[in-house]
Amino acid sequence: MAGRLLIEDKEVVIPGQELAEGMDYLPGGNIIREGEKLISVKLGLVNVSNRLLKVIPLVGGYSPKKGDMVIGRISSISSMGWRVNFGWAYDAGLSVRDCFDRFIEKDEDLTKYYNYGDYIITLITNIMGNKIIDISMKGTGLRKLGPGRILKICPAKVPRVIGKQGSMIQMIKEYTNCRLLVGQNGFIWLSGNNIEDELLAIKVIKKIEDESHISGLTDRIKEYLEGEVGIKNGL
Amino acid sequence: MNDSFKDHALNLFSTGFHIDGRKLDEYREISYETGISNQSAEGSARVKIGMTEVVVGIKMEIGEPFPDRLDEGGIIVNAELKPFSSWKYDSGPPGINAIELSRLVDRVIREGKYLDLKKLCIEEGKRVWIVFIDIYPINDAGNLFDASILASLLALRDAKFPHIKNDRIEYKNLSDESLPLSKKIPLSCTVFICEENIIIDPDSDEENFIDARLTIGITEDNVICALQKGGMTPLTAEEIDKMVDLAMKKTKELREIIK
Amino acid sequence: MGYEKRYDGRKFDELRPMSARIGVVPNSSGSAIFQMGKTVAIAAVYAPKLLFPQFLQDDEKGVLRCEYNLMSFSGSGERVRPGPSRRSKEISMVTEKALLPVLNLKEYSNCAVDVYIELIQTDAGTRCAGICAASLALADAGIPMNDLISAVAIGRIENKIALDVTKKEEDYENGMADIAIAYSLRLNKITLLQSDGDLGRDELQDAIKLAKIGCEKIRDVQIKALKAKFEVIKDE
Repeated sequence: MAGRLLIEDKEVVIPGQELAEGMDYLPGGNIIREGEKLISVKLGLVNVSNRLLKVIPLVGGYSPKKGDMVIGRISSISSMGWRVNFGWAYDAGLSVRDCFDRFIEKDEDLTKYYNYGDYIITLITNIMGNKIIDISMKGTGLRKLGPGRILKICPAKVPRVIGKQGSMIQMIKEYTNCRLLVGQNGFIWLSGNNIEDELLAIKVIKKIEDESHISGLTDRIKEYLEGEVGIKNGL
Repeated sequence: MNDSFKDHALNLFSTGFHIDGRKLDEYREISYETGISNQSAEGSARVKIGMTEVVVGIKMEIGEPFPDRLDEGGIIVNAELKPFSSWKYDSGPPGINAIELSRLVDRVIREGKYLDLKKLCIEEGKRVWIVFIDIYPINDAGNLFDASILASLLALRDAKFPHIKNDRIEYKNLSDESLPLSKKIPLSCTVFICEENIIIDPDSDEENFIDARLTIGITEDNVICALQKGGMTPLTAEEIDKMVDLAMKKTKELREIIK
Repeated sequence: MGYEKRYDGRKFDELRPMSARIGVVPNSSGSAIFQMGKTVAIAAVYAPKLLFPQFLQDDEKGVLRCEYNLMSFSGSGERVRPGPSRRSKEISMVTEKALLPVLNLKEYSNCAVDVYIELIQTDAGTRCAGICAASLALADAGIPMNDLISAVAIGRIENKIALDVTKKEEDYENGMADIAIAYSLRLNKITLLQSDGDLGRDELQDAIKLAKIGCEKIRDVQIKALKAKFEVIKDE
């Protein structure tokens, strides 16, 4: 039997929706095969590339993956290291030996490195049974982030906020003068020089999140930023 | 003072703004709706302050008066802080925060003399109306106290007595008669202190690091009818005076919104 | 004299007006309000949550926990006492069973997936409205699921089978059976079936058929609610 598509590319689909019939089509992310049929398991945007279908979620939270760079907040400190909340049910564990190459004295005060409430960008190095999540601070760019706020977005939208080769996030930084860092867990660390700059950055990130599924995103965001910055400068 | 978010928020406070860009003495947008459960409740209201949303319903029952108040009806306020409305709550019977909230609402209504309890008496010493005020946060995004008190007052104002037939309440048959409410509305404003900043209406992120709060119930004649200090940090008399001053100004504004 | 004309004038296979919307509890992972006539249910999903004590954890999949609750003022008569009752506990349990068959909770192993259902106002069919809202909230939370669940209350009132009964019909005195049915329409499977009152074998079959017709219409409303948020923007 020849395959038959039941949807159009870029269509919004819902959980349980039949996307294609026949064995010609292959199930990618968020799609299951039931007999001859491909079924979406999420509310999302379907993407058809030749025979491969996938659904890019429009909603949903973060599930940790080894190798993800995530932003988190120190939630507790022990003699062995730190616990870090990064938007998952269980906090990740950061042990002292995954922070420094040099030797740390046994009775050293760990709060001088990372204290309760500090934001960090860190790397997930190991996951066991969803509960034990190891993270490391050894690697380029991994560090403490300093005063700022965290915006939370749907992790599936992270690539759109970053843009191709970081073009989108770079553009937001330039127009808003804010310091921004995006974690793959959908946490965005933001720190601006004043409230107006921050509010503009927040508005534009929200706009990207809401409109990421509509084509022409980059141009639209650029236009928007130019307009807003123009208003600010009284143009 | 090592919390990254707190440091950042304090920087913004020092420039005169909440983290969402409001002035420190400004409420978020307030909206309300009454009669949201008019099929079931004798009165009901929903209040939104920014992303915080609270619903309140009024149920009426007939009961016996308290032995020391034979000619007065009763008010019973109950608040449920459930995991439905925030990650920070757990299932189970009301904890101390829910109890504090309900007692505070009770005090503002009772001591603000909003409800004339004597007029809730049906037969002295035997039968009186008991008014139940049930508070449910839908989304706790900070400043539940002010939202809950506002919603409770609006729900009371929405309420009608049910008819009584053969000594039984006909719940589906409400009269046109409103509850015996004072024309003068008591209101509350919760004022927060965070280091040297005096602010109102924090969102839930800001609420996390506040030093102290003072909920001030104020009648229309500018009489303080209820006070509740919360938080670990002690207050000076000067601070309290400033907080009361701000609350008096803000409750006037709130009164305009719900008039 | 039978029950020939419904109290509210509806046809026997007619639903009350419905509405649904997602994203109503911003704090939650996913949420929805579902209104069927005057019955209003809100569901909020919080997931994943940590799960203790440890013996409750399942290292194969997440554990679904539903909590159905009537707000104290939402009943049709006296105030409902706050806190779980035997009735609400049972409904919570059957709600879990109604939703689980379409969920894939593998990625939430050792975690809890919590669904809280609150009824703001009721006029019968509360568990069904709760299930409809919960199904939407789970989809809004991005929990993998291979179908939506739709649910409706059917009544046998004297010799008539009626779709989506009201409280007044539920209280009908001369013979009434009250049947709650939830459907996965794509799988063509029933995930909730409860009834009380006398019911003939054929009447049960008729009730199931009628429930399916009703659930198809409910499902349309659910689908619209899920897509609404994203299609409004498209039109701009």
